[in-house]
Amino acid sequence: MDLKLDSIGHSYGDLEILRDISLDIPKGKIVCIIGPSGCGKSTLLRMIGGLEQPGRGQILQIGDVPDGCLNPLTYVFQDFALLPWRTVEGNIQLVLEDHRLGAQQTEAIIADVLARTKLSDFRQALPKQISGGMKQRVALARALAVNPAVMLMDEPLSALDSQTRELLMGDLVALWEREPFTAVYVTHNLNEAVRLGHSIVLLSRRPGRIREIVEIDTPLADRTLGDPELERKQVQLWQLMRDEAVAADQELLSV
Amino acid sequence: MSDTSRSSAPTSSYKPVAFRGGGFAPRPHRWVGLGVFVSLILIVEVLTRAGIITSLTLPIPSDVFWTLVELWQSGMFYKHMVPSLTRLVVGALIGCTVGVSVGILIGLFSLARAGLVPLVAAIFPIPKIALLPLFVIWFGIDEMSKYALIAFGTFTPTVVATYGAVDNVDRTLIRMGQSFSLSWVSIVRKIVLPGAMPGILSGLRISLAIAIILLVAAEMLGAEYGIGAYILQAGSLYDLERLFAGVAILSVLGVMVSTLIGTLERILLKWRV
Repeated sequence: MDLKLDSIGHSYGDLEILRDISLDIPKGKIVCIIGPSGCGKSTLLRMIGGLEQPGRGQILQIGDVPDGCLNPLTYVFQDFALLPWRTVEGNIQLVLEDHRLGAQQTEAIIADVLARTKLSDFRQALPKQISGGMKQRVALARALAVNPAVMLMDEPLSALDSQTRELLMGDLVALWEREPFTAVYVTHNLNEAVRLGHSIVLLSRRPGRIREIVEIDTPLADRTLGDPELERKQVQLWQLMRDEAVAADQELLSV
Repeated sequence: MSDTSRSSAPTSSYKPVAFRGGGFAPRPHRWVGLGVFVSLILIVEVLTRAGIITSLTLPIPSDVFWTLVELWQSGMFYKHMVPSLTRLVVGALIGCTVGVSVGILIGLFSLARAGLVPLVAAIFPIPKIALLPLFVIWFGIDEMSKYALIAFGTFTPTVVATYGAVDNVDRTLIRMGQSFSLSWVSIVRKIVLPGAMPGILSGLRISLAIAIILLVAAEMLGAEYGIGAYILQAGSLYDLERLFAGVAILSVLGVMVSTLIGTLERILLKWRV
């Protein structure tokens, strides 16, 4: 299943935040969306998943939802959004309960996603007992449990420290290598974008438009920390983004 | 000369940085509360026995204690306690159940909020005791009017606490539920209700204390048995020992209710940080 964004635009009252965004999200690829703060990238992601309605344009689903997919468009949130009163296992169970899968199948899914995210030993832990990186892995396991057609990731690593972020990037790459998933990955971190994105969409400052789409052909597994090719891409992106970021910064001050 | 001053100057200026943090963090002191109680009673005991406080002003605490023992031995304790506890439980149960339900409705539906919040705000400040004669006419002189008074009195604080608690449920968790296409019922049952539980429980703490106050008020009007009736009787005879015995029972009841809620919080809110 592919997604197509057809000239999306949106305004909050008089404030135009997104303008004429057309974009293809092909199956099995990770599309990173980057842009200065306040450019509407998180709003765009909420629209892609149907949590917000775009003022103009539409979001199209091309092809059928694959079999066994319980929730085609699934989010991973920046602040994890785990229920604090449920254990790791219970949080994953939450999203399966409404589908009436039967105890055996539910158990099989939970065991599988916990193994894939290396959480099998922490089944009965409460969110307050585990670290931020682990919490995001639980959220990732929860997203994988519903077997999504497209993962919508809203700055999933931004609440984590840089070491944890590096570890989780490795985990994400390993997960993708094992079983390529489709994802839209919103971030403000250029390093994450060049490490994880097959294509990187650079949005301009408000109103957000597509400024540039950069493709990176290096396979995800070969993109290591400090790779000169990636560094070059990152510098290139930063040069494109710098002026936008400066302008966005001053814009906020004058509002 | 300049040499010595240069070499000694650094050593003489080595000073430990003074500690200025700490405090502002309550720590548990288990026995202090009980200690304050006991020493207050002991002081009163000594002063009354010495005659510095006359028996018209305060009864001797040990006499109050013996009155309680006598009350227990004569079997009258149960005779007063059973109707009182029944009224408290039935009244508070009705009031809190309806209160929590209405509070959740207000929290979930804008229409209910627009319609009911002003109504609740109008009812809240009415002293329910003032309405007692009216309740007697509406519900009769016997038990129903007492249940109604307690239910009505616990209803308003419960409503306010509950819809406040529902409002405070983390919206990102609700968005998460929607993003996984959970049904509306699932979102309310598995996300909104557990999320509102801390606020609902702390509301219950207040509601139940109010219920005890209203219990006594209700029993002062046309009740043969009950702690309130017992206190009223003692008061009209100026029997200070029995008056204070009744008051002590109410205090213990209050402490027990508070402990009950505390236990409930520890069990239900184990997940809290």
